[in-house]
Amino acid sequence: MSKVERIGGNVASYVDDRTGAAKWLRKNLTKVFPDHWSFMLGEIVLYSFIILLLSGTFLTFWFDPSQRDVIYQGSYEPLKNIEMSASYASTLHISFDVRGGLLMRQIHHWAALIFMAGMIAHLMRVFFTGAFRKPREANWLIGVGLVTLGIVEGFLGYSLPDDLLSGTGIRIAEAIIQALPVVGSYLAFFAFGGAFPGHVFIPRIFTVHVLLLPGIFLALITVHLMLVWYQKHTQYPGPGRTEKNVVGYPLMPIYMAKAGGFFFIVFGVTALLGAVASINPIWLYGPYNPGQISAGSQPDFYMGWLDGLVRMAPPIETHAFGHTISWNILIPGLIVPGILFTLMALYPFIESWMTGDKSEHHLLERPRNNPNRTAIGAMSLAFILVVLINGGNDIIATNFHLTINQIMWFTRIGVLVIPPLVFVITKRICLSLQRADREKVLHGRETGRLVMLPHGEFIEVHEELTPEQKFTLTQHPQPAALIVPTTDANGVLNPQGFKGRIRARFSQAHVEQIDAPTESEAKALGGGHH
Amino acid sequence: MSNELQKFQDPGLPEHVHRKTDLDPKAADRAERQVAILFVLSAISTVVAIYSYIFIPDNQYFFLPVMGDTNAHQLLLGLGMAFALLFIGLGLVLWAKELMPDTEVIAERHEFRSPDEDRADFVRTVKEQASASGLGRRSLIKRTLGLALGISALTPLVLLRDLGPLPKKELEKTSWKKGTRLVTDPGNRPIRPEDLEIGAVAQVLPELVEGQERTLSDIGKDAVLLIRLRPSEFQLDAERLSWTHDGIIAFSKICSHMGCAVALYEQQTKHLLCPCHQSTFDVTRAAKVIFGPSARPLPQLAITVDADGYLVAQQPFTESVGPSYWERSS
Repeated sequence: MSKVERIGGNVASYVDDRTGAAKWLRKNLTKVFPDHWSFMLGEIVLYSFIILLLSGTFLTFWFDPSQRDVIYQGSYEPLKNIEMSASYASTLHISFDVRGGLLMRQIHHWAALIFMAGMIAHLMRVFFTGAFRKPREANWLIGVGLVTLGIVEGFLGYSLPDDLLSGTGIRIAEAIIQALPVVGSYLAFFAFGGAFPGHVFIPRIFTVHVLLLPGIFLALITVHLMLVWYQKHTQYPGPGRTEKNVVGYPLMPIYMAKAGGFFFIVFGVTALLGAVASINPIWLYGPYNPGQISAGSQPDFYMGWLDGLVRMAPPIETHAFGHTISWNILIPGLIVPGILFTLMALYPFIESWMTGDKSEHHLLERPRNNPNRTAIGAMSLAFILVVLINGGNDIIATNFHLTINQIMWFTRIGVLVIPPLVFVITKRICLSLQRADREKVLHGRETGRLVMLPHGEFIEVHEELTPEQKFTLTQHPQPAALIVPTTDANGVLNPQGFKGRIRARFSQAHVEQIDAPTESEAKALGGGHH
Repeated sequence: MSNELQKFQDPGLPEHVHRKTDLDPKAADRAERQVAILFVLSAISTVVAIYSYIFIPDNQYFFLPVMGDTNAHQLLLGLGMAFALLFIGLGLVLWAKELMPDTEVIAERHEFRSPDEDRADFVRTVKEQASASGLGRRSLIKRTLGLALGISALTPLVLLRDLGPLPKKELEKTSWKKGTRLVTDPGNRPIRPEDLEIGAVAQVLPELVEGQERTLSDIGKDAVLLIRLRPSEFQLDAERLSWTHDGIIAFSKICSHMGCAVALYEQQTKHLLCPCHQSTFDVTRAAKVIFGPSARPLPQLAITVDADGYLVAQQPFTESVGPSYWERSS
């Protein structure tokens, strides 16, 4: 028996003596996780969250979240003797007078961007593969909550340094609060302790940024992972993989080593970015002053789409009975994002209503095999991308020699026209891909090899797929459309007929598929040979 | 169902393909050495990071292509740390991929739904408990409990009341009064009309009264932009024209959309542009909105000169400056 084995055995006995958890632990140490690159997206998010906790703690050792006025006396010459808030001065101190401080600031900011980008990528993976279906709806909801909080947390984080750029961002946030009907100016005065910008906002959002939201994140991430653990991970379809099994690698040691190694790789890449790629150089912006601004003021990317929506809003305000309602702020700033996030959160329930599908799903779907869902996802992405373009209209205008007006009108019209177009095109592409799959299964793979037959005819050699490939391309279930009875057993018109007809229509659109080829079809064609 | 039977059958999990390191002890030894090299490289990187932290002064810059002037201390500290982490990660992954058992394992999954009997028991229990609480029958309890819980949520809300003062008329007021001198920002110097050439722009603030301090909240409402045009270029009504002085026109610099500083002035077109959301205002027509999301012109400040020839306000702003809010009347 090797030394490692002996120690391992002793540890196992020690733990069991004190917990009696031998059976449970054994089961979980050999828990099987399926392997696929797209399952690492969520891991990236988890690891960047840990990096954020570590680097963020480092920053709090020097950061002074206060808006008290100080005269800067640090080593950055251009700002010497200039009056600024203590939070801006201490951010300069971290950047120039704490060794490794700038590195940590940049790691923290890059990690935040990776955190958000990773969440979006993970969300897309879950959406397009149908991983959110029963029994995983709760985890989808938690995920949507995490994305929403992530946007808020990121915004608060880059607002803390109190530089000219971030102060402008807070000004805009204040305007959104102020625009709320009835309570707006009260809420704004409570949040800012009086008129904007006041002296209390930075310390207040600091507490939210470093304590309240990270605490909620920790709780939600824990539940999210516990559910993944308990419900077992989904897997991609393939030979040997069914709804009733999980094919993969055991947690110990290989999965642990891979996941642990991946944590170090994510941390390493983030540190590399922090070392070589400058991000948010706040010393170039100067301290915040509500009377000043810099051209090309841009938020971080995950806020950009909101900014783009606000930019494209038509200039509409209602003035009536001595009151003002700013539709130009409320619609793009609250109403449209609110509708989008609500629909996103409810999507699993909407889809299950459309399909009438109440069964458990552990096998993922290839996006092409659910054309309607894929088209809905692509449509939503198109919407976000169009408004994101408008969020950077000033930068795009200067770099591509366009006018802001051109971009604004392109996106104002585009935001209404492009998403539906993308829906239709995506759905057609999915169906075409299904046809291509069908072709491949029935007639084999095009090898690109041309053969001249003895009588002079040229043919391309098709290679028959392996049974594994054929199964993978044809295993997906193809449910029929819901049949919603419009009359009851006695022929009386169903009072819910209208609702039922709408549901049937949605259901029909959702199940539109190309028939998957069957073995008998293949046989009829002569075993797939040409 | 016949269609179902004809589907392509699941051929089952393909046979496991052994790696070279499983079959050839030499390949395994080579993989071990590769992993070890990665770990050693990581250790060396950590030494580089620590060396940089201690021995490279943090004010030493050198030129790098693409990156420009680069701080040597920061760069080497960062690179050392990055590669220390990366090599550990790569080593672990290589170790796992090459040397740890990689046989795919099949674990059974069980439907979450419990056996019918357990399920029925559970549902019955929950039903019994629900009815034992009597909530359905004793509606008085239900309603008063709802009242108590609902109203108790008010306490934490009330406790937040002291976060800030009530807005009262605060959003309508600025420091501008009749006769307040316009002073430069920065510099706090009063301005004469002749200080501004035609086409010039200046940011001004109200002159401070003795002993008064200027806060950022004041600037957030008081900031004003002065622009001088040829008087013939204005297309204003008589009242607004009387608010200008000798071609000098003054607008609140705080955007009527979301409060950003409207700082971009195009001299050729005489347009003011807000860099935040591109609301564009025509200076010659009293800052009328000609593009973008803002729904209102920038408030105009009526100006004139005092006895000493300095620019002063004729009167306070006649409307609230900055973004809209519920109580705003126009």
